[in-house]
Amino acid sequence: MTDDIALPEDQNDLGALKDKEPQKEPRSQWRDVWDQFRKHKGALVGGGFLLFITLAVLLGPYLWSVDAQKLDIRNKDLRPIYTALWDSSARVSWARPFGTDNLGRDIMATLIAGGRASMAVGWTAMVLSLVIGTLVGVCAGYFKRTDGVLMRLTDLFLSLPILPLLLVAVTLFRQPLRASFGPETGMFILIVGVIGITSWMQTARIVRGEILALKEREFVLAARSIGTTPMAIIRRHLLPNVVSPIMVSATLGLATAIITESALSFLGVGFPSDFPTWGKLLSDAVPRMEEFPERVMLPGILISLTVLSVNYLGDGLRDALDPRIRGR
Amino acid sequence: MLTFTIRRLFLSIPTLLFISLTIFLLLQLAPGDPMAQVPLTVPPEVKQKMREALGLGAPIHVQYWKWLVQFFWIEPQVLIDWATRDSTLFGWLPDTALAEGKLRVISWQTRSPVMDIVMQRMPQTLWVVGMSYVVGILIALPIGIYSAYRQYSLFDQAGTFVSMIGFSVPPFFSGVLVIVIFSVNLGWFPSIYDTTHVVTDWDSFVVQLRQMIMPVMVLALQTTAQLSRFMRASMLDNLNQDYVRTARAKGLPETAVVLVHVLRNSMIPVITVIALGIPSIFGGAIITEQVFKVNGIGQLLITALFANDLPMVMTLTFIFAILIVVFNLIADVLYGVLDPRIRYD
Amino acid sequence: MKLKTLLMGAIATAAFAPAAFADGERGRDGQVNIIYWQAPSILNPFLSGGTKDVESASLVIEPLARYDQDGNMVPFLVTEVPTVANGGVTADLTQITWNIKEGLKWSDGSAFTSADVKFTYEYCTHPEGGCAQVTKFEGVSSVETPDDLTVVVTFDKPTPFPYGPFVGGESPIIQAAQFADCMGAKAPECTQANFNPIGTGPFVVEEFRPNDVITMSANPNYREAGKPAFASLTFKGGGDATAAGRAVMETGEFDYAWNLQLAPDVIAKMEAGGKGTPVAGFGPLVERIMLNNTNASPDLPEGERSTAAHPHPFLKDPSVYKAMSMAIDRPLLVEVGYGKAGKVTCNWVPAPAIFNSTTFNCDAQDIDGANAMLDAAGYKDTDGDGVRETPDGVKMSILYQTSTNAVRQDFQALIKDWWSQIGIETELRNLDASVFFGGDPGSPDTFQKFYADVQMYANTFNGTDPQSYLGNLLCDKAPRPDSQWQGENISRFCSAEYDALHAQLAQTGGAEERAAIGKKLNDMAVSQGAMIPLVHRGRLSAHANSLGGVVLNVWDSELWNAADWYRIK
Repeated sequence: MTDDIALPEDQNDLGALKDKEPQKEPRSQWRDVWDQFRKHKGALVGGGFLLFITLAVLLGPYLWSVDAQKLDIRNKDLRPIYTALWDSSARVSWARPFGTDNLGRDIMATLIAGGRASMAVGWTAMVLSLVIGTLVGVCAGYFKRTDGVLMRLTDLFLSLPILPLLLVAVTLFRQPLRASFGPETGMFILIVGVIGITSWMQTARIVRGEILALKEREFVLAARSIGTTPMAIIRRHLLPNVVSPIMVSATLGLATAIITESALSFLGVGFPSDFPTWGKLLSDAVPRMEEFPERVMLPGILISLTVLSVNYLGDGLRDALDPRIRGR
Repeated sequence: MLTFTIRRLFLSIPTLLFISLTIFLLLQLAPGDPMAQVPLTVPPEVKQKMREALGLGAPIHVQYWKWLVQFFWIEPQVLIDWATRDSTLFGWLPDTALAEGKLRVISWQTRSPVMDIVMQRMPQTLWVVGMSYVVGILIALPIGIYSAYRQYSLFDQAGTFVSMIGFSVPPFFSGVLVIVIFSVNLGWFPSIYDTTHVVTDWDSFVVQLRQMIMPVMVLALQTTAQLSRFMRASMLDNLNQDYVRTARAKGLPETAVVLVHVLRNSMIPVITVIALGIPSIFGGAIITEQVFKVNGIGQLLITALFANDLPMVMTLTFIFAILIVVFNLIADVLYGVLDPRIRYD
Repeated sequence: MKLKTLLMGAIATAAFAPAAFADGERGRDGQVNIIYWQAPSILNPFLSGGTKDVESASLVIEPLARYDQDGNMVPFLVTEVPTVANGGVTADLTQITWNIKEGLKWSDGSAFTSADVKFTYEYCTHPEGGCAQVTKFEGVSSVETPDDLTVVVTFDKPTPFPYGPFVGGESPIIQAAQFADCMGAKAPECTQANFNPIGTGPFVVEEFRPNDVITMSANPNYREAGKPAFASLTFKGGGDATAAGRAVMETGEFDYAWNLQLAPDVIAKMEAGGKGTPVAGFGPLVERIMLNNTNASPDLPEGERSTAAHPHPFLKDPSVYKAMSMAIDRPLLVEVGYGKAGKVTCNWVPAPAIFNSTTFNCDAQDIDGANAMLDAAGYKDTDGDGVRETPDGVKMSILYQTSTNAVRQDFQALIKDWWSQIGIETELRNLDASVFFGGDPGSPDTFQKFYADVQMYANTFNGTDPQSYLGNLLCDKAPRPDSQWQGENISRFCSAEYDALHAQLAQTGGAEERAAIGKKLNDMAVSQGAMIPLVHRGRLSAHANSLGGVVLNVWDSELWNAADWYRIK
């Protein structure tokens, strides 16, 4: 964004300096961003995969209409259909392409249902923590007066143990949330809220650090000297420069949210048992890891691929949004 | 810089007091009861008696004040007593016996002083979690530097891939996986950590190494994944700066450009991240400790939480809070020292 | 006479055959490792009451007599178990006299006397001590010590079962000299004594690390020569049941793992590891669904929910709860949840065997029968949504809560499915065990408050006499606001007939008659809608194949005979 200030204000003062060729059609900033983004193969693939996963978990229940909660105890412990390739004695069924679990629930259906929950938790918690983190970081870094208070608040949150917090939140808010949103949505709001408000601190600290360094730079001084309002400085000059650490935090944040949710399930304080998430499917399958490897592999691979694709997407976005890298 | 540090130190006292109050109130609000783990065969009247014996009946402000006195006044006295009695450094001083007969912070579960248990848990936590942090840093920094320098090379892609997998696999899965492979099938390492093991010679050190290797591996994977991403991002930011072009233009060798100019500047945010992560070493690693039965601080916290052992949870989280505040301060000071552009006053 | 002597000889040989295996000097077999996935916090069972603490302490401190694997009493520190027949219990059932073995020593070398026994009574019944085992001493009016080896316990009324005090793992004897300064309010301050109690048991504590590990060594003053076979013992705590089972049966790092609450297929897989064997034993533990006899509707004002003021709209009707019970496939529940460690039961008191009623049979699921029963009783689905309504138009929708635990959640899912097939809609809820069993009167989620229609958990009783357990269903034991929601009558069951019969039990001596009344009480509780028993649960533990002498005991501490353990070579 330094370039903005260096641009000549007036095109008419010196004819000799004018370009001979006709000026190129002006390009919008977002067009530039998109062009740069397109060059990044990983980002394209990552974005595509993310879109695919999101669509799959959203539309999946319409295409694969088996109820994830339906118990079919006679057909329990079916293996995925591909097992038949090397083990002709394995119990498989075309009606259950990924097999069934120990109570006969269809694994494909639970994966779709679990994906919905995990993606929703991941995205919402990540966005929540990013918004809070960036807001606090920018305010603390830019407005000196708020720095002390906000950083102490950050310390406070960093030192809060997440588990008691969750337990407190569950007792205090479960009844009202259940009443207004139903048992599952209520729990969802609780978990997302708790993960969100206990994971923004790293982002806040990093953003604050960057802002502290940036605001001493000449271009900010220049902007201030021509009377730009603080809001505009933050929006036009500071935020674009901290996009890259925010993007890194975001990619890690999504993964952290999905994993925190699974850790909560592992410790027994997460979603209700009849509400699958990828992390929960994974932790439930761990004791039977050797006999039924697919039950850990499938959710595990899905989590990893999602995290990986978000990461590549983040890389691409970072490159595309950073004006110093763009165009090279 | 000095005035800044001193001011922050003074400011941190009310902050810590406020944090302690918040944690205390939070735990008071929490549902649950220290008697929950007592079997159902013990009748409710007896449980009520036991609760009273724990001092649960007292009003909240009395309980809080009691804890404050015990933590800030009596525990330091215990420390001084210990120093003048048993330590080699101050052992020559007369035994002060300040805390003789005074009530310390007592855990509800074990009916013993909380600080003694914390000190008992420190060694294994530092061995395992601390070592994994060091290992993680040592692996992460070179990977981060090289991936940034050769952005989008095969190495970078592979590094990204592996670190993301490492980051996205929860320890309750990777931990059990390595146990199944290395303990059950190969029989190389023990699946259960022996906290009573003492390192005295080379052989016992090897034993210690063998029991540490799996938890350290699992934890270091997470640290590496996280840190190498930060290192890479920070390097990338600096590699495209004008000063790098200047340095190259004036003919500096590439290694000097990357390892001196760029690295020094990119380390600034990374060092902050590393400093901020240190308190979490003392906090332990709840799930990994549980999987490998390391029984360090993390396991202490989680068992205390499930048993609703409030004095224990309160003390642990508060120690944790002190460490965070201190290391935040250290990170800020470091930031100011390393980056002359930053001014705090 | 001759035949009798011969027979006695044969019995004696049979009884001592294993001992022949285990002969040798004390400490010959080196090291033994035990793992409990719940870590002991304290070695004084009077201050904790947690199973992990009671069992770990049982290696060190012992009661006068224990129960064996069949629930019979065996003398430990006394010469014989007093009964009315041998004159140890007076004919009016108010006094019991214990004779301590001669020459018993504490592990520190001092003599074990009746004064220690009397002290234990005083320690636990101190009003400020908060002793967890104080019920063991209920009804005791005095403990006298006529001489060093005699203890006379007097009760304030005839007590048909006088074996509460000083019997079983929950009521061990502690040393008077060590705990003399730890009475009452001072009990928690005696960390040294609570962590390193001096005892008469086979092992002595070397180091106790709370919630982590205990190292012990053989007691040099143990009363039997050549025991224990192990010179040192490591008692590790923490982790989870899967890891504990793996350490014994797959990697062989540990010799004994306690209470492996794992799915049967997981256990079978571990057993295939070939290093250890699971063993199961059955006490009176029953997994059951408690039926709320009162209305828990959130529309009622606080303080009236789940109280006798509002009876449940339909759960009190026998045809409803019988139909709900018929819809459950118990053998499948056993197979899914407990395998070897579970049995189908229709009874509240399935053990000891003489108390196990044979009135009901619930081996087979009968969905059609259940539907027919509900149809006949007038519960019809009038609005066509698949859920029945009562004749008064109340929708048969119930809230089903339990604690968070993988097996319980599987059960919930299965039972919800079966109940939906008989037109009863179920909403599931699971709560963290520390909240659910927590008894905090301020929390709406405790099992005592029972703000739900049905709830599932397991309960049992200590020892072999179910009198006080059967007393759980007395009308006045119902949790209510004015009792701070405390009380054992969770289902708020109330029947004058039941109360009268229970009072009669308390007056009756003689095992046969007591068993007959006990069975009748059990039948009333089940047939009059206090609960739906599901599974009779056993304790499943595992020991290494090289560890000999393990006898799983569910009536006392599992480690009750650790002195007899030895290494198979």
